[in-house]
Amino acid sequence: MTEGLSHVFESRPRLVTGTVLAFTAALSLSACGGTKSGESSAVESCVDTSGDTVKLGFLNSTSGAMAISEQTVRDSLVMAIDEINADGGILGKKVEPVAEDGASDPAIFAEKIEKLLTGDCVAAVFGGWTSASRKAMLPVVEANKGLLFYPVQYEGLEASENIYYTGATTNQQIIPAMDFLKSEGVKTLFLAGSDYVFPRTANKIIKQYAEELGIEIVGEEYVPLDDDDWTTQVAKIAAAKPDFVFNTINGSSNVGFVKAYYEQGLGPDNSPIISVSIAEEEAPAMGKDITGQYAAWNYFQSVESPTNDTFIEAFQAKYGDDRPTSDPMEAAYTSLYLYKALVEKAGSFDVDEINASADGVTFDAPEGTVTIDGENHHIAKTALIGKINSDNQFDVVWSSDSPVEPDPFLEGYSWWDPSKN
Amino acid sequence: MNNLLQTGQRLGRTWGPLLGIAIVAIALLVVAPAVLSPFRLNNLGKYVCWAIAGVGIGLAWGRGGMLVMGQGVFFGLGGYAMAMHLKLEAAMATGGPDAIPDFMVLYGDGTMPGWWEPFRSGPFTLFAILVLPAIAATILGFAIFKRRVKGAYFAILTQALAVAFATLLVATIKQTGGFNGLNQFTQFFGYNLYDPVNKRMIYSIAAVLLIVCLVVVWQLYRSRFGELLVATRDAEERVRFLGHDPANIKLVAFVVAAVMASIGGAMFAPITGIISPSDVDATASIFLIAGVALGGRSLLLGPAIGALAVGFGRTFLSESFPDQWTYFLGLLFIVVILFFPSGLGSSWSQLTSRLRTKEVAR
Repeated sequence: MTEGLSHVFESRPRLVTGTVLAFTAALSLSACGGTKSGESSAVESCVDTSGDTVKLGFLNSTSGAMAISEQTVRDSLVMAIDEINADGGILGKKVEPVAEDGASDPAIFAEKIEKLLTGDCVAAVFGGWTSASRKAMLPVVEANKGLLFYPVQYEGLEASENIYYTGATTNQQIIPAMDFLKSEGVKTLFLAGSDYVFPRTANKIIKQYAEELGIEIVGEEYVPLDDDDWTTQVAKIAAAKPDFVFNTINGSSNVGFVKAYYEQGLGPDNSPIISVSIAEEEAPAMGKDITGQYAAWNYFQSVESPTNDTFIEAFQAKYGDDRPTSDPMEAAYTSLYLYKALVEKAGSFDVDEINASADGVTFDAPEGTVTIDGENHHIAKTALIGKINSDNQFDVVWSSDSPVEPDPFLEGYSWWDPSKN
Repeated sequence: MNNLLQTGQRLGRTWGPLLGIAIVAIALLVVAPAVLSPFRLNNLGKYVCWAIAGVGIGLAWGRGGMLVMGQGVFFGLGGYAMAMHLKLEAAMATGGPDAIPDFMVLYGDGTMPGWWEPFRSGPFTLFAILVLPAIAATILGFAIFKRRVKGAYFAILTQALAVAFATLLVATIKQTGGFNGLNQFTQFFGYNLYDPVNKRMIYSIAAVLLIVCLVVVWQLYRSRFGELLVATRDAEERVRFLGHDPANIKLVAFVVAAVMASIGGAMFAPITGIISPSDVDATASIFLIAGVALGGRSLLLGPAIGALAVGFGRTFLSESFPDQWTYFLGLLFIVVILFFPSGLGSSWSQLTSRLRTKEVAR
């Protein structure tokens, strides 16, 4: 460069810049004002339940990477609404759903739930799948004193006055799975997961509980979310020859994992897999025959109960005979009926009144009877272990004796130390 | 008579853009807060953040000819810097001055990486929001422009950076929150983040920053630097023969664009209450570009108005057609690219100037 940049920046009149800045400063000052934290102005709820209908919000991703999973939840929510309306609604009011697309983007979830709560004035919102989406919605639903029903099993360590968690927390899925492994006489365990909150937390719990149970962890491998290449990590599993592989991999990354696993000579005979995110929907999509592998859930399509028969029949009549039912779908369906039961017990759609009488509200769900814990807003559920058969259905091989009380912070487990890694 | 016309034109050239900026300022700072509900105003704040980044893209791409496909990286630098501070502020409000963010306790080993420590300080965070992207863009730009990488290669390179950046964030769950990103902030420099009055204040700050960025870019366009930048875009070799180094000229535009993207990201975090890899990845970067392309990349106000329009379009379409909105949005982009390749704003000004020439000829 032959000349300095300094004089390159010389511009013509300068005065105008100052004028503009002064102008905008004046404008903005008029718009400003502030409240220091602590002295929050109260949020008025705009929910209107004086008419014949009550609005509920459905917030699921119907576009983006999560759409394939979340659409199934949306379908079962729609079905539940139809059933409830056909049966006379909630407290005699017809339910009117307002649907929004979370677009697989946490920031959109935050935007849409605020729209549902403050714009549409819905009495409650149903949805969310990823922990990211729930974490994004949590502060919004708390600030607006709304209600959210979250239908997916998750990593626990959370409880909010404004959220009901109808999926399993860790002591209803991960810990029972470890009890099952212990009962099978498992000595060595290999952990494979996506590099994501759920697998990281699950494995932290698994490692501490394994120590308590005397199971040796012979390896722990992570691959970034949505990364399909598991070749190197599976080679480590093949070398370690564990009695079992605990699989906390998310979504489509499972396909790459399963492919590498079978190609390297592993199978249910030598190092079987127990998964916490492969359900009826995912099993046929693995690209390999995974007969004989295990999964831990709280609901399988194969669960035998009259309510489940009706649920499956109604679902397939509405959406097609080839559509399987799975745990998150069932938890979403259950969440709407639990909401109905909550409102009817409280005799009101008011969040505070619902929360005050929430403890002990039950529903005879397809998975079995579930009961709300008024303290932590989770529900007591029965833990199940299923073995995949050649029809991609799960045969239940183990279950907890009774519904497991939810304990999201694992306070009842003396071996648990959250600060220990 | 001729003289009078020239004076009129000169006045128009000076005051025309200023009038445009003033109209934008009044619309954002006076009209919008008066007519919009707090929720809609907050949404507008989010579009304003994209618009701030868009103004920078207009400078780099519209005037400098550099198709910056990875502005999400700089948007993310600012966004994460701010989010780290807000996260620490939230932790310190409940757990004392040594508290660390909840996710490090829940999912990590309960220790905080050393490079988080300075973000406890508000002034340092503000400094970092401006300086971090400037340093990153300078190093990157120096390497790229001195090697005379341009055109499609430049675009692909920046796009790849956005992909790499998002992958890095997803993979460093213990340091950056991974896929979940950073969220659950409670306060913004001591102000309760969920108080409607404070939310409006944060919106106003974002809007003022957009106006300031517009003024800065306008001044740059009026300067000799602006002329050199356009000259570099249109005939880089000639600029070199005239004794200027095009690399330095492009570098300045690139760095200014990076800093503006960072400012946009920094305001995005408190306005939406979350910043995650999906807000800064390749897709997010393309959305930033799309707004600028729609509004007219080489105009002063085009990029900002385009970004606001795309943001509004996303919300409006997704609320009106929750199941089909992505198709409509895609269709809209195809139509604009096919029929208005230089943006709606540019097509409008071309049309009006053609009409004006016709009148003069007559």
